[in-house]
Amino acid sequence: MLEKTGSAENHNNGQTGLRWGDSVYFALNVLRRYRFRTAMMLLAMTLAVGSVVAFTALGEGARGFVQNEFSSLGSELLVVLPGRKQTTGGAPPVMGTAARDVTLGDVKVLRERLHGARFVVPLMAGKIEVSANSHARDAMIVGSTAEYFTVREMKVSPGNILPDIDDNLAQPVCVIGGKVKQELFGNQSAVGEWVKMGGRRFRVIGVLTGKADASGFDMSDGVLVPIASTQILFNRQGVFRTLIKPREHYPLDKLKTEVLDMFRELHQGEEDVTVVKPDSMLKTFDKIFSALTVGVGAIAGISLLVAGVLVMNLTWISVSQRTKEIGLLKALGASDHHVRRLFLLESVLLSAAGAACGVLVGQALVLLGRTLWPTVPFAAPLWAVTTSVVIALLSGFVFAWLPATRAAQMQPVEALAGKAS
Amino acid sequence: MIHLRGIYKRFVIGDEIVRALDGVDLTINEGEYVSVMGPSGSGKSTLLNMIGLLDSADAGTYQLDGIETTTQSEENRARLRREKIGFVFQAYHLIPRLTARENIELPMVLAGMPPAQRREQSNGMLKRLNLWERADHLPKQLSGGQRQRVAIGRAIVMKPSIILADEPTGNLDSRSGREVMELLEELNAGGITLLMVTHDTVLGARATRQVVFGDGRVVKDASKHA
Repeated sequence: MLEKTGSAENHNNGQTGLRWGDSVYFALNVLRRYRFRTAMMLLAMTLAVGSVVAFTALGEGARGFVQNEFSSLGSELLVVLPGRKQTTGGAPPVMGTAARDVTLGDVKVLRERLHGARFVVPLMAGKIEVSANSHARDAMIVGSTAEYFTVREMKVSPGNILPDIDDNLAQPVCVIGGKVKQELFGNQSAVGEWVKMGGRRFRVIGVLTGKADASGFDMSDGVLVPIASTQILFNRQGVFRTLIKPREHYPLDKLKTEVLDMFRELHQGEEDVTVVKPDSMLKTFDKIFSALTVGVGAIAGISLLVAGVLVMNLTWISVSQRTKEIGLLKALGASDHHVRRLFLLESVLLSAAGAACGVLVGQALVLLGRTLWPTVPFAAPLWAVTTSVVIALLSGFVFAWLPATRAAQMQPVEALAGKAS
Repeated sequence: MIHLRGIYKRFVIGDEIVRALDGVDLTINEGEYVSVMGPSGSGKSTLLNMIGLLDSADAGTYQLDGIETTTQSEENRARLRREKIGFVFQAYHLIPRLTARENIELPMVLAGMPPAQRREQSNGMLKRLNLWERADHLPKQLSGGQRQRVAIGRAIVMKPSIILADEPTGNLDSRSGREVMELLEELNAGGITLLMVTHDTVLGARATRQVVFGDGRVVKDASKHA
């Protein structure tokens, strides 16, 4: 027979009732038994968090992609393009006036008179067939100077870079890219051998190492020759691009103005070149894409709100379905805050699980994207992952608060009778 | 130990005021076996809810073990329910997703008792109620009598001083009903105050003290061995 006295001190002294571990167990038990509801809430949270992760990763990927493309143009550099390509607010050029070429003579003047410039590197490019050892292939031919290797940080091994000679000297030498070397010479040594381009013979003096990616060209697929040689090969005078590297700490904007002034002087008052600062373009693109990432993340974030509303509705349903249980818990001595805690825990635990699944799903999509498009650096930014997880947890808490509070405030008698107040 | 003075409780149903309790004075001493009878709507269930602190009075005082309950906060009333009162309902009110053992352990869980201690208590209770083999069964896998025994186990596991039973045999066949009554009476013989609401006069007559309700008032209060 049970004793009826002396019981209270056994278990209630100093205890505030309902332990956290038991609360979690109780909530998990509910989640396990109401599978459909659990699955729905989990799905909503997973999709919400997953979409924030995936979409911001997409935005970051696009940003990274553009950044990579443009950073290969070089930072702290001016690029001169023949022709007016920027609108500066002036009158549009008269129809039919072709832009004047930038000549090697112009380059020479720039080099002599631009004190802020460390290097002035002319560039010409075109495609032509390259052959050796009865192998032949089309390759990108880039005509430039020895300084080009410094500006682009290209390394040659074995052999040497282009000779530091007068721009107008068309020496029949070339530096070939790694891929070209492999296809024409295989594993044999190429340095010292001859290749044929446009009916002329060029001696190979060096092989580029690595990809040496320059201005979006894969130089391992190209052949470098002195600029004057390109003029002969393609029978053209005009310089395709001119790279101007400033001296250290020399302001780029000042240099740009000087370059434009000089061309106006050289070209009889016509400002017929465009000077581009890849660096500032890059910064602008960076800003645009960052804003885009935030925007896309915010749109995906709306799904978090939708998931939150779903949490609220399902918690309402749960509370009304379990009215009698709430009455019973109260009859057994559960206080208001115990009841509220149990219902809040259900939704917070679900949100946490949903957020974890969402991060996993999102990251899986990021990995998939990277596999499918290796050149795009998809990556969910940490702020997006953290914010979406925090918002998911918060919405689990906030949106369940109202229904859980209603459950807590039910009158035990009415709840036991199944009458929700 | 249960001391009700001038308890009033009114409900408004539609535009009619129902006087569920209309000035009830009642004292129940420790260890008593009281049946509360009366026609439906006479206020007997409201009285039970009042004593069980599930409902609060519009007016009057109610002392439980010397504690004035009408002025207590909801938090304290929950605590008093937890420590002093065990409920047995007609509809059992077991939580369907919890096993027999977990249902019995529920009040101890709410009281924050450590798991090992709970296990010990529920083991004893399951054995005592002949439910040992059914410990891990869900309520739907149990018979009516077994369910009510689980509910009684849940009511007494915290060693309350009072058991409040509302038609405890109402949903049971006569054999299970008799077993449940014997169990409750055995507990009463051990010292627990037993207060049972029933409309069954034969069942009510088993109690040592019979209180009959009519229109929210005590109309008859008789003791067998007084």
